[in-house]
Amino acid sequence: MTENILQISSLEKHYPARSGKDVPVLRELDLSLSPGDFVALRGPSGCGKTTLLLCAGALLRPTAGSVLIDASNPYALSAAARSAFRAAHVGFVFQNFHLVPYLSVLDNIMLCGLAAAPQPTLPTRAIDMLDKLGLSHRLHHRPAELSTGEQQRVALVRALAGGANLILADEPTGNLDAANSRILLDTLANFASEGGAVLMVTHEPSASDRAFTRLDMRDGCLHSC
Amino acid sequence: MTVCQLVTRELAYRKWNFLLAILAVAMAATTYLLTSALLKSTDLTTAALVSRKVLDTERAMLRLEDEMRKSMKGLGFNIYIFPENQDLGEVYDKGFASKTMPETYVEKLANSSIITVNHLLPALTQKLTWPEQKRSIILIGIRGEVPLAHRNPLEPLIDPVASGQIVLGCELHQGPGFKPGDKLSLMGREFTIAKCHPERGSKDDITAWVNLSDAQQLLGKQGLINEIQALECNCVTIDRLAEVRKDLLAILPGTRVIEIGSQALARAEARLHAGATATQELASVKAQRSELRVQRETLAALLLPLIALMGLLAVIVLTLLNVRERLAEIGVFLALGIHSTTLLAVFLIKAVVSGVLGGVLGAALALLGIAVCRERLFDGHAIAALLDPSELAWLLVSMPVFAASAAWVPSFWASRRDPAEVLRHD
Ligand SMILES: Nc1ncnc2c1ncn2[C@@H]1O[C@H](COP(=O)(O)OP(=O)(O)O)[C@@H](O)[C@H]1O
Ligand SMILES: [Mg+2]
Repeated sequence: MTENILQISSLEKHYPARSGKDVPVLRELDLSLSPGDFVALRGPSGCGKTTLLLCAGALLRPTAGSVLIDASNPYALSAAARSAFRAAHVGFVFQNFHLVPYLSVLDNIMLCGLAAAPQPTLPTRAIDMLDKLGLSHRLHHRPAELSTGEQQRVALVRALAGGANLILADEPTGNLDAANSRILLDTLANFASEGGAVLMVTHEPSASDRAFTRLDMRDGCLHSC
Repeated sequence: MTVCQLVTRELAYRKWNFLLAILAVAMAATTYLLTSALLKSTDLTTAALVSRKVLDTERAMLRLEDEMRKSMKGLGFNIYIFPENQDLGEVYDKGFASKTMPETYVEKLANSSIITVNHLLPALTQKLTWPEQKRSIILIGIRGEVPLAHRNPLEPLIDPVASGQIVLGCELHQGPGFKPGDKLSLMGREFTIAKCHPERGSKDDITAWVNLSDAQQLLGKQGLINEIQALECNCVTIDRLAEVRKDLLAILPGTRVIEIGSQALARAEARLHAGATATQELASVKAQRSELRVQRETLAALLLPLIALMGLLAVIVLTLLNVRERLAEIGVFLALGIHSTTLLAVFLIKAVVSGVLGGVLGAALALLGIAVCRERLFDGHAIAALLDPSELAWLLVSMPVFAASAAWVPSFWASRRDPAEVLRHD
């Protein structure tokens, strides 16, 4: 049996409401991702997709249930250890890219080095990936000097270069045109094919079609379709 | 990528925030240094003024003392000896003593081995009303000089008045028209006028001199006198009155000794007066300077905390603005696995850098300020005297600490943001 990269069981997440009563967002949610999985997650706005990504990415402690990443429970770790764990195991891609405006393309990617133990292969891997994504001439440019598509590709390289085998993407194509969306989705599909796992929140049919599996979120639970 | 690289890139990117933080720190540092220099300059000027004044006074006193010594060399001086328990105030007021002492005192002095005193003149003086002429006069009974036993007989200084004779001051003979050789009656006793003095413009003009024994009889004070004049006294030390007093009191314990006005005495008084004036001036200089010092200290006590507070607030606000602008960035850093302690370090290193640069800039501005206003504000003192290197070093060390403390709360707040909270608002 291959080991799951992400194993979520009976996940509950409640937010405190102003009335004082907790509002449940995620209910008895189960999800597992193995190497090679590329899952598209769909659902109406406000149904809890981002909440699920944050819980899965060791950023948001669940109310109940368990989250295992590479067979470890990140929420059992101290804050510092969880940071280091996140750096080594999880990569995030955001709709708004969230590149650091004052760092060059290369430095935005090298930022991972501040988190984890020094990774001597990081620069070569990063340059290699940037080259594959057609950014080799942009290494020393600031994010503001790049197109949105280029910016999202840089964010993607940043998520991948740290050596994570779980990528969590929150509407990564939301701001991209068709051509750039295709490049991004191809890269994610390649990453999964090479043994990684991808959980991608998306609204766009073209994006969910590119994923290997599609799940719908309703009433805090997942339904395959 | 290191923390320092991250900090320098961010500093270069958000220049204005950084420059303002440097300026805030520099302002605090400059104010501190200038205030401290101002206080130091006040102290230096005070010390210089006081020491110059002290020196001036010493010099003036030495000059006066020297002059006095020269002027008194070989110059005898005169003293009065009054009876025991005589109130000197009364003597100064009335011109003669009301108390008496035995005439034998003068013999006692004459037979002693005293060397400070040369001529001894006993007298009995009293102011009274001349019943026959119905006017007030000063009656002085004199005996002429009493020779000192251990000396060669000296030339007498004042002619003695023979018994039964009288010498009159100008007022006393001019009015009634007395002439030498005339006879007159004083308190029922007849005297022959021996001499009529011309006008002297002093109380001598209402004085009548008779023989001591005649005066004693007239006043009913047989064998008594109320003063001894010691003329042409000689002393070796500058404090001559004390010297002669010491000699006299050893022989006539309890008597009162005063000096009769003379040029030398006036000089001695001038010296004392000069000393007193100088002391007073010194005290007033000191008082003025200490008042200035207090004024400037008060200013410093008001200004320094105010400026420090403003600098502190400025750094806090600038840090807060900076971290608020960087919340999304902070969320990404945390999501990427960068620990919050590393983030805190990033913010604090930034504050420390602005503290270091602000301290250097502040010191430079203070130096410039002192150089420019040296004459006007700092009494022309040298920069080296106004700014202590150890103080500068202390400032350069404390400014980064100051900036880091100001940045601490906003930095801590920012580094503890929940990344989920920040990233959800996508
Ligand atoms: N910190 C919070 N406190 C209270 N409610 C929250 C909080 N964060 C999210 N929610 C609520 O949880 C629900 C799910 O949010 P989210 O996961 O962002 O949805 P989605 O990403 O699917 O649009 C929404 O109704 C949202 O209002
Ligand atoms: Mg969302």
